[in-house]
Amino acid sequence: MKLLSERHSDTLVIRVDEARIDAAAAVDFKDSMRRATQDGAARVVLDLSQVTMVDSSGLGAIVAVMKQLGAGCPLELAGLTPNVATVFRLTRMDTVMRIHGDVDDALSLARPAC
Amino acid sequence: MAAMGDARAASDQSCPISIDLPGTFDGVRWALAQVMVQLGSDRYSLEERGTVELVLAEVLNNVVEHAYAGRSDGKVALRVEQGISGLSVAVEDDGEPMPDGGLPSGAMAAPTEDLLAIPEGGYGWFLIGQLARDHQYRREAGRNSLTFRISVG
Repeated sequence: MKLLSERHSDTLVIRVDEARIDAAAAVDFKDSMRRATQDGAARVVLDLSQVTMVDSSGLGAIVAVMKQLGAGCPLELAGLTPNVATVFRLTRMDTVMRIHGDVDDALSLARPAC
Repeated sequence: MAAMGDARAASDQSCPISIDLPGTFDGVRWALAQVMVQLGSDRYSLEERGTVELVLAEVLNNVVEHAYAGRSDGKVALRVEQGISGLSVAVEDDGEPMPDGGLPSGAMAAPTEDLLAIPEGGYGWFLIGQLARDHQYRREAGRNSLTFRISVG
């Protein structure tokens, strides 16, 4: 899966450069995210602005990545497109995960959670 | 991917969409792309199209993952038809029956504050339950048949 990583001081922004995180892509997504985050960063922001479809398998994979990164500095999301936002809202995942309008919002936070 | 399955193009939108797809995750992806093209964007909003694609993805991926678990030679028959009360969908396969012979409850675990305790699965039937209605499941002559409606269009 194509992931584009960019470092902004201690924040790692990872853009998913694919249209779908679905059942066909879930395992690849988890593996690619493990590789992209293995060098460690204080904070990881996942940019989903290019993703138009996340199904329950994709959602499970994002949760798995979040758990793998640990609770100390939880995975943050940015740039949810409308149909992706709906999945997070229906499953109430939007109440437990930190979701930003876009990457700029995430980076411009005066006081990030970590 | 054109050779992947059999998608008979409906020449007018009142015709049912009828697709026979391979029982694999890639087959599901292919079938969803066919359905979205055939549904078109005249009658359905972006949100409605997203709902249809998500529900069909969940139902078809469940067939691949559970009914055809460990097999890649399964076939799935998908029929989608617009009626006055929404899209009627029928999905049939020759895989294993639903556990306990009925539909999963679609209940979701209670939300938790503990990030590390959030489940990584179990969202599929919950989403189907939220976005579709009138689900009916039948097992007859070794064949699974699931029908439901999605209130769009």
